Amino acid sequence: MNILYFLIGCSVFLALIFLLAFFWAMKNGQNDDTYTPAVRILFDDEIPNENKK
Amino acid sequence: MLEKFNYDNKIVRNFAIATVIWGLVGMLVGLLVAMQLFKPEMNLGNQYTTFGRIRPLHTNAVIFAFVGNGIFMGVYYSLQRLLKARMFSDMLSSIHFWGWQLIIVSAALTLPLGLTTSHEYAELEWPIDIAITLIWVVFGINMFGTIIKRRERHMYVAIWFYIATFVTVAVLHIVNSFQLPISAFKSYYIYAGVQDALVQWWYGHNAVAFFLTTPYLGMMYYFLPKMAQRPVYSYKLSILHFWSLIFIYIWAGPHHLLYSSLPDWAQSLGVAFSIMLIAPSWGGMINGLLTLRGAWDKVREDTILKFMVVGITAYGMSTFEGPLLSLKQVNAIAHFTDWIVAHVHVGALGWNGFLTFAILYWLIPRIYRTEIFSKKLVAFHFWIGTLGILFYAIPMYLSGFLQGLMWKEFTPDGMLKYPNFLETTLQLLPMHIFRAIGGALYLTGVIVMTYNLIKTAKSGALLADEPAEAMALEPAFAPSSSEKTWHRALERKPMYFLVLSLIVILIGGMVEMMPTFMISSNIPTIASVKPYSPLELQGRDLYIREGCVNCHSQMVRPFRSETERYGEYSKAGEFVYDHPFLWGSKRTGPDLHREGGKYSNAWQYNHLMDPTTMSPGSIMPPYDWLGEQTLDTTTTVAKINAMRTLGVPYAPLYEQKANADLQKQAEEITANLAKDNIKVSSDKEIIAIIAYLQRLGTDIKVGNVSMQPSN
Repeated sequence: MNILYFLIGCSVFLALIFLLAFFWAMKNGQNDDTYTPAVRILFDDEIPNENKK
Repeated sequence: MLEKFNYDNKIVRNFAIATVIWGLVGMLVGLLVAMQLFKPEMNLGNQYTTFGRIRPLHTNAVIFAFVGNGIFMGVYYSLQRLLKARMFSDMLSSIHFWGWQLIIVSAALTLPLGLTTSHEYAELEWPIDIAITLIWVVFGINMFGTIIKRRERHMYVAIWFYIATFVTVAVLHIVNSFQLPISAFKSYYIYAGVQDALVQWWYGHNAVAFFLTTPYLGMMYYFLPKMAQRPVYSYKLSILHFWSLIFIYIWAGPHHLLYSSLPDWAQSLGVAFSIMLIAPSWGGMINGLLTLRGAWDKVREDTILKFMVVGITAYGMSTFEGPLLSLKQVNAIAHFTDWIVAHVHVGALGWNGFLTFAILYWLIPRIYRTEIFSKKLVAFHFWIGTLGILFYAIPMYLSGFLQGLMWKEFTPDGMLKYPNFLETTLQLLPMHIFRAIGGALYLTGVIVMTYNLIKTAKSGALLADEPAEAMALEPAFAPSSSEKTWHRALERKPMYFLVLSLIVILIGGMVEMMPTFMISSNIPTIASVKPYSPLELQGRDLYIREGCVNCHSQMVRPFRSETERYGEYSKAGEFVYDHPFLWGSKRTGPDLHREGGKYSNAWQYNHLMDPTTMSPGSIMPPYDWLGEQTLDTTTTVAKINAMRTLGVPYAPLYEQKANADLQKQAEEITANLAKDNIKVSSDKEIIAIIAYLQRLGTDIKVGNVSMQPSN
């Protein structure tokens, strides 16, 4: 059943990638503001006025 | 500095068209397979449209073609807007689009031809697997390229879900595609038996998690707030949802193999994580539904939101049911029955389907700068779709409970109450008819949607390049000199970092796996289990080609109800030469692991040529082409060699006399059939498949098993 260790290895590797991504996100300040991003997406795809028909 | 740029709507439109077309195709094939489960004649009388071959076509079409294109549609639309950037490369977008459609077309051609690996949701043969890998990488470069050139520093939670999808699916697909090719469209999995089963369900479970769930959660977090015109209930909860979900999901795979020959601790690990999964899943569902707080009046008016509400509720239901099904006691009844079919369809029809429809209805009028053609038809689609789901799911739940309990029922004397498997099948036919009606209703809704969307598109004009403007992103703060190490620099570039890590994983993984393939001593073996004879091996490949595994399991679980019905329960050591494993996941017909020697060759012959002659009322279609087609023995040498490479102990140079042995065994079976007045030439395919069926599960003589301990 060596495959178990391989799959656990794969899963741990994936988890590690995500863990590093998580650390990056925290350090980068991605999660500092937990309010405005939710609101901002509601406004960000308005076409600039001069292009409106 | 304010920059002007354009969003690419054409690629979104292309994926939207593909979503609709493949949705129609996949669901139509689904209806066809559903009807074959109460009226076998619906196989249209030929091998190419028989259940075993087109059931994988249905699942692949709805998962990878319908939902797959739906994902790309949603991602290409939302990613550009969330990052305030056009997709990284129009050419990559185009390669991605056409490459994916080509993969789907090749799947639609190869699966009916019986070119299949037999791993569920990974049936496509090795050349297509390679193509999938390449196109997936193209998608990844395009997505990460866009992230790198983004004009918005914060990455909205949806993007995290997309990244997780890309990374995990890449690893899953590659690990579950390690095959040894023996010809252009035939290969053997490197792993065998229980190890192969574990790889497959590690893949299978996580494919549901990272192909059907995470990308759609990302899309929910983008499109639901846009549709409702209000921010998500709690952005903090969405972040928590994401991180907890991806850390837990990957460990739950073994719950697909409860009571099988998988080691108990691995089964328990799978169960524990499956139960934990309910927390993030429901956190996400609640976050979605509460986004509509104070806006339920909008839901009453707006059918698109209705689709979302039903879709998210379906997500909540399937993610509640998942942990429930992973409990051993529940699984003992539900596994191998229609209950599982009901479970996945609540997810597929409700969650994936309804979210896709909502997004199409919302997005098409926007990129065509027009209004939806008919709101009445949207409402009609919603109600007929919801009705379709109910008509589908409720009968299937009933059918699942009923059959699961009938299999287990004993008389007061301790005998099986329904010893004839067919008796339990016949009870389910009314439910199968209702299920097909439910599917037809659902498909009707999709046809109406197609008409509505075409009319909508015709009433407007595609805004292929949607103008937008945003401030350029200031470069990240300059690192102080002490921080200028390569690692720091790498950390600042998360995208490169992710891609690099992925490559490292795959190389590391390969190295880690080599011992498994090279050393055979670490597999628990049973001395009496021998490799298949050449004829049996060919028969086994026919069993795979015909998709028998879609209806017949080969895994007798250690319950008295199963050992009474089928014989001794299955041991891990019996499957060591099974490349691939054929345990199956559904018993539309009985388990076949102890089939060998149960019936005469003549019975097997007559049963394959027309099952109803031996089992009146059987819903198995006739496999009469097996009696007409000649077995291709030119592949025998390559197959024996490949198996030996994978560690199956055929004697050196055995391949040279393999076909002589094959011929000899075939003639023995033909002679035996002749005694029962069955005249058939010994070179027909049916002889090989009979040889395989008669071999199944006969290697161990109960009470005389010498187990060698695994290391």
